[in-house]
Amino acid sequence: MSKYKTEPLKCWQKAKELREKYYKDYQTAHETGGLRWTGGAWSFDAIPYGLGDDVYPLTGEPYAASIAFMKDFSLECLEATEAKGWARDLCSYMRNYWGSMYLDKWAFGGPFPKANFAWQDHICCSHGKWDQHVAEYEKIPYFCIDVSVGPYNDLDEPKLKYVVDQMHEGIEFLEKATGREYDDEKLIAAVNNECRHTSTWAEICMLNKHKPAPLDEKSMYSLYVFGTLSKAKKEFADFMEEVRDEMKYRIDNEIAALPTERCRLISDTQPPWAFLKVFRYLEKFGAISVGSLYTFALVGIWEDKPDGTWGPRTTPAQQGIKIETRDQALRILADWNLSKPEWQQFYDPTIKTRMMKRIYDEWELDGVMLHLNRGCEGLSCGIMENHWGLTHMDVPVMSFEGNMGDSREFDESRTMDRIDSFMERLGLKKLD
Amino acid sequence: MFSQFKEWYDKRHEYARDWKQRTGGKVMGCFCSYVPEEMLVAGNILPVRVLGSHEPQNVTEPYLFGMYCPFCRDVLAQGLKGKYNYLDGITLSQSCIHLRQSYVAWREHVKVPHDYYLYMPNKVQTKAATPFLKSELEKYQAHIEEITGRELTDDDLDRGIKIVNRNRDLMHQVYEHRKGDTPKLTGLEAMYMTVSAMWVDKEEHSAEIEKVLAQLPDRQMDRDTGARLLMVGSENDDIAFIDMVESVGATFVVDDHCTGTRWFWNKVEPNDDRLYAIADRYVKRPPCPTKDWEERWRFPHIVQLCKDFNVEGAIVIQQKFCDPHECDIMPLRKMLDDNSIPSLFLEFDVTVPIGQFKVRVEAFLEMFGVDDLF
Ligand code: SF4
Ligand code: SF4
Repeated sequence: MSKYKTEPLKCWQKAKELREKYYKDYQTAHETGGLRWTGGAWSFDAIPYGLGDDVYPLTGEPYAASIAFMKDFSLECLEATEAKGWARDLCSYMRNYWGSMYLDKWAFGGPFPKANFAWQDHICCSHGKWDQHVAEYEKIPYFCIDVSVGPYNDLDEPKLKYVVDQMHEGIEFLEKATGREYDDEKLIAAVNNECRHTSTWAEICMLNKHKPAPLDEKSMYSLYVFGTLSKAKKEFADFMEEVRDEMKYRIDNEIAALPTERCRLISDTQPPWAFLKVFRYLEKFGAISVGSLYTFALVGIWEDKPDGTWGPRTTPAQQGIKIETRDQALRILADWNLSKPEWQQFYDPTIKTRMMKRIYDEWELDGVMLHLNRGCEGLSCGIMENHWGLTHMDVPVMSFEGNMGDSREFDESRTMDRIDSFMERLGLKKLD
Repeated sequence: MFSQFKEWYDKRHEYARDWKQRTGGKVMGCFCSYVPEEMLVAGNILPVRVLGSHEPQNVTEPYLFGMYCPFCRDVLAQGLKGKYNYLDGITLSQSCIHLRQSYVAWREHVKVPHDYYLYMPNKVQTKAATPFLKSELEKYQAHIEEITGRELTDDDLDRGIKIVNRNRDLMHQVYEHRKGDTPKLTGLEAMYMTVSAMWVDKEEHSAEIEKVLAQLPDRQMDRDTGARLLMVGSENDDIAFIDMVESVGATFVVDDHCTGTRWFWNKVEPNDDRLYAIADRYVKRPPCPTKDWEERWRFPHIVQLCKDFNVEGAIVIQQKFCDPHECDIMPLRKMLDDNSIPSLFLEFDVTVPIGQFKVRVEAFLEMFGVDDLF
């Protein structure tokens, strides 16, 4: 009983190739005299691009998510970390990453490639500590920028300056750590690329307001990831525009991600990566998750549009701003990132609740799934307040416990049972 | 000698209510040891650190996910149970994301007349930290002025700095008496003193310390010191635990806790720019692990404490799920080991299994006894 037509994403193959190339480039960087740095998905990756075009990042979270997806290797990594004595309740991405480092095994084959330096930013308690340990273990220099200055709505000059001053210090660090001269022109290009990339991703998510949704959350994971690998890479920013164009094509031609779409949901944080079949299970009910606060806003940058809706933030280039100096580039980069929706909840879960309610209304949803994710203290921060708040706003909420990176902490059959009862609450039966 | 501190510890709420009545002043609940108390004292506000009660509770589950540390859940439980219903305001000074959730849940569900989130920088190792914190303290000053309805002058700030610095000085002097072969006080007594300072009027508290200091030199301890221990790790003010350890052949001679030395160790160095001086004090104090990166400032400080207080062994305490300390404990134990200080690791929940821990502590302490034979 399909209501809509569907077809595979045309950009799929390219997404796969780009992702493979990203990890290959990192692995082989030293063969051509290039540099490798390790850090986080939220690191200001535009800044190291000022060191040259042959600088390759490894962002810990998506790398660890790839490990988590490989259930057996993940278990090996987690056990290696536990064997060193670390607590089992620490960030499961961090434990997967550390395990891979201890085992000297690269998830994609070969030894674990050692970075030249670590470049992190800090908003979750684990950020600063994650790479502190990596830097000590690998004996590499380390720099981390604190961005914990509060919600964007309260941003003022001293807060912005605090972040920008650290960025300036960071550039001095990069020059010292690598012996390379810093090129402001490359920084400026990277900042423009990052703004273009992350705004375009928000536009893609906005296009998913359409009924039927052109994208489902599971497919989004393969696309949003580029913003977590390197927001500022030109190749990725270009690719996002191709994805955006394909979304428009799908909308114009009423091509649905789920041909039986009749119930629209979202989730909030990272999924349990080893159990993405949860999303396929929803489809049996004609239910589709059209995204999550996580996929929309982990890297997507948004703003309030004049008509009151949520849409992609206007980039400096779109505003006609020409970036000319290092300081201007850094100020724009800091301001841009501090507006990241996924950073707001770190200070106040009611902001996340309001964002989720907004998505619920604007994307015309039927319910929300909250992943009580034991693997991530950062994105689970305030999650019970979100549950409380959304429920009090009459949003149907289903919660399930799990762990994005530790499959031992996910009870598959219990989760499926919870989905069954949630679907029942929403008045849905399995499709024939 | 320490009975007044014990009474203040046991009757913290009665004390604060009484203080409020007799002085007509306001009382501020402080979440985390990074709240700049000097400024509150300057405004005649009583800073009261909000701590847990170590009793089982079942009220926090709707607001705080069980994966966060028992301390932050216990703190929230105190609010939900109305234990701190005399507070005029609460202040969170930004530290770990666990405790911040207790603060938000208090704000949303306990409802206190005033609430304030102070953006204490997490990167204390950047030169941008003090200027940034100073600008945040300017806003906090305006908040205090709003609560009290009067301007906070330089004279007020000088007085606040002086009062709190004196209290710190006096606690340092008491700690000096723990350095000798026979410490003149137990770890339990020291804890009654330091923790009660977190909610007792600083001048009253200092006056009591002075009385104690007058008697300490002549104090005869009617107990064996046993092993000289450092207590280090997550928040801990568990009296029953400390008492147990000290009853089986050991004495805590120093600590690195946010309810102990970390909180009072350094002073505000006076400067014409008062807020800058206060900011600098909090940036440079012995850090919580959540702020101790990229370099490790905490570890050399702990090693120094061990040397100064002639520490023989360490009890490393971690609140379950406490990510900041979980990230430090492995390298911390290695560092202690490298400095020939054996350590025992114990994981705490809201309530502590004293019996089980006793067996482990006794086994740990045996290693010190063996040394004595040779
Ligand atoms: S706990 Fe979550 S937010 Fe924190 S470092 Fe890990 S994945 Fe990131
Ligand atoms: S530092 Fe640890 S013990 Fe203290 S509130 Fe944070 S998580 Fe809890």
